[in-house]
Amino acid sequence: MANGESEVGADAPAGGFVQLLTPEGERVDSVTTAEGVTYSVSFTDEEYRELYRDLVTVRRLDAEATALQRQGELGIWASLLGQEAAQVGSGRALRKQDMAFPTYREHGVLYTRGIDPIMPFGLFRGVDQGGWDPNEYKFNSYTIVIGSQTLHATGYAMGVTMDGRTGGPDGEAVIAYFGDGATSQGEVNEAFVWAGVFNSPMVFFCQNNQYAISEPLERQTRIPLYRRAAGFGFPGVRIDGNDVLASYAVTRSALDNARNGNGPTLIEAYTYRMGAHTSSDDPTRYRIASEVESWKAKDPISRFKAFLTKQQLADDDFFGQVDEDARTLALNLREQVLAMPDPQPISIFDNVYPNGSPLVDAQRKQFADYQAAFEGSAH
Amino acid sequence: MSETLTLGKALNHGLRRALENDPKVVIMGEDVGKLGGVFRITDGLQKDFGENRVIDTPLAEAGIVGTAVGLAIRGYRPVCEIQFDGFVFPAYNQIVAQVAKMYYRSLGNVRLPIVIRIPYGGGIGAVEHHSESPEAYFSHTPGLKVVTCSNSADAYSMIQQAITSDDPIIFFEPKRRYWEKGEVDLSLAPQDAYPLHSSRIAREGSDATLIAYGPMVRVALDSAEAAAEDGRQLEVIDLRSLSPLDLDPVFASVRKTGHAVVVHEAPGNLGLGAEIAARITEECFYSLEAPVLRVTGYDVPYPAARVEEEYLPDLDRVLDAVDRSFGW
Repeated sequence: MANGESEVGADAPAGGFVQLLTPEGERVDSVTTAEGVTYSVSFTDEEYRELYRDLVTVRRLDAEATALQRQGELGIWASLLGQEAAQVGSGRALRKQDMAFPTYREHGVLYTRGIDPIMPFGLFRGVDQGGWDPNEYKFNSYTIVIGSQTLHATGYAMGVTMDGRTGGPDGEAVIAYFGDGATSQGEVNEAFVWAGVFNSPMVFFCQNNQYAISEPLERQTRIPLYRRAAGFGFPGVRIDGNDVLASYAVTRSALDNARNGNGPTLIEAYTYRMGAHTSSDDPTRYRIASEVESWKAKDPISRFKAFLTKQQLADDDFFGQVDEDARTLALNLREQVLAMPDPQPISIFDNVYPNGSPLVDAQRKQFADYQAAFEGSAH
Repeated sequence: MSETLTLGKALNHGLRRALENDPKVVIMGEDVGKLGGVFRITDGLQKDFGENRVIDTPLAEAGIVGTAVGLAIRGYRPVCEIQFDGFVFPAYNQIVAQVAKMYYRSLGNVRLPIVIRIPYGGGIGAVEHHSESPEAYFSHTPGLKVVTCSNSADAYSMIQQAITSDDPIIFFEPKRRYWEKGEVDLSLAPQDAYPLHSSRIAREGSDATLIAYGPMVRVALDSAEAAAEDGRQLEVIDLRSLSPLDLDPVFASVRKTGHAVVVHEAPGNLGLGAEIAARITEECFYSLEAPVLRVTGYDVPYPAARVEEEYLPDLDRVLDAVDRSFGW
């Protein structure tokens, strides 16, 4: 059997992937890769239901954000629609002590870290640039320049090693998120080199959503992305990115390898960006409706719902309640977004340098004096 | 405990002291370990502090600075060595888009106490990319601080002050001066040394003001010595900090002399000299006897070694500018 190829994985790309839940909602007990690694999950009924709740919640919050953008309340929004399983599965696989380095689309991972979903909205509303403390939340700032955060994650992971925080089950691991487009960046490849050379405790989690804005995967690579890892000297595994169980199982295994001192892993989550790149994008210009339709059939949430239903793990009352709870959270999010105050103009001079700067101080004063000159006038 | 040390050896002592004083300080770069760096600035440090403190990195500058960012988030104080000025550009994205902005982006939550050491400038007969002066790019970037030393004593103190500062600092080292000797007080603690972001009068004078930094301070001092023989007293100011600039001593000097000449190796167009000239004009307009003049590298790529002496500002060009200022 090729990497991750399962008998029921009829929808898998050539070369296969790890899939523990088919698009029809059938459970696959375990998958053993060509390298002899076996992946499986064992969840309680309640844990299965909570995973479903996560998936529905992050999708509902995402829909609310898209609506807020359309209504002019957000400057831009980068939707995760279609990538819920990849994010929830990998996010739930993180242990408390693990550190995540996101792109600007990891709202689902953020949610699984137990962070208030409002946190990144200052950035998208334009009232700040994402001003949280990464070490408090074990979740780094959203990084907009493509791929740069993979090096930050690698450096952080080097620090974990230098602190002697690997080598056991309570060790720390680091996960770096990035997309298929980012794999073409030199910095991402440098991160692979570094992590390999220093045997860093990290997981490179690539959500291959098939498009870098308009450019299809074929414009980024000649070989499946997970196979790139071989050249850097660490394992690469492709998973069905729309299968939350595969995402959880493989990420958990890779993170535990990392924390135990066994080095990095590249995970390629094979998924699809159902929406636009961001709210500023028009995907109808570069992809056809039938392709989108074919991916709808692989939807991460409907397959999980089918599984819960077939296994009689949940009923309509449960599903209805989850929807209602998600709606409540979304409306609460909306209220919080609308209540976000604009920053004080003078605050543009804050936090330029930890030790301050006479140049910035002088300009702050100049600005304040200039503003004060208008006081009492019609301006 | 004053010792006569070359500028390069003074840096080496300063780095050693920084490693001793704070276990979170790590040095990283190409060939900084066993070899001690191509200029031997980190000589012997890996042997004494180990491979976790003095890290030979893969050959990729973006990787050096990008991983330094992650180490800093983790609580380390990385000191990155970029081997030569012309090799900093692969790291430019990380420096300008990440190192400079992360404190601002995070509303002050993330401090990046990173020092990026760059040997810079010409005069050593090197091939292309080994003699450049890219300080203006970094001085133009909010969020970065930029300093450069001109002598052994400053080298010893300033590198330690840069490392203990929580600001990200680009530390330019005048590579042609690595072998020049000076007195260094090795017992001087960084907090007791002359402040990092202050300029300093390197030679007092009353007739004209020469403003220089890094490798050009020596040229300015030599010019002042020669001018004194002709009866002209030139004041020389060593800027030391390029961002932020500390220009109050410059303004005071120009108000006294009425003549100002800025000297730097980097090309003149939009270089540090342009900013300094503008600021002097704003602050000292009625004191000026002549426009602020600039003696700089030309606006051409750094030339081949056999003609670099024609490109580099030297004593004759500086004195010619002083003459022009007095002839205005």
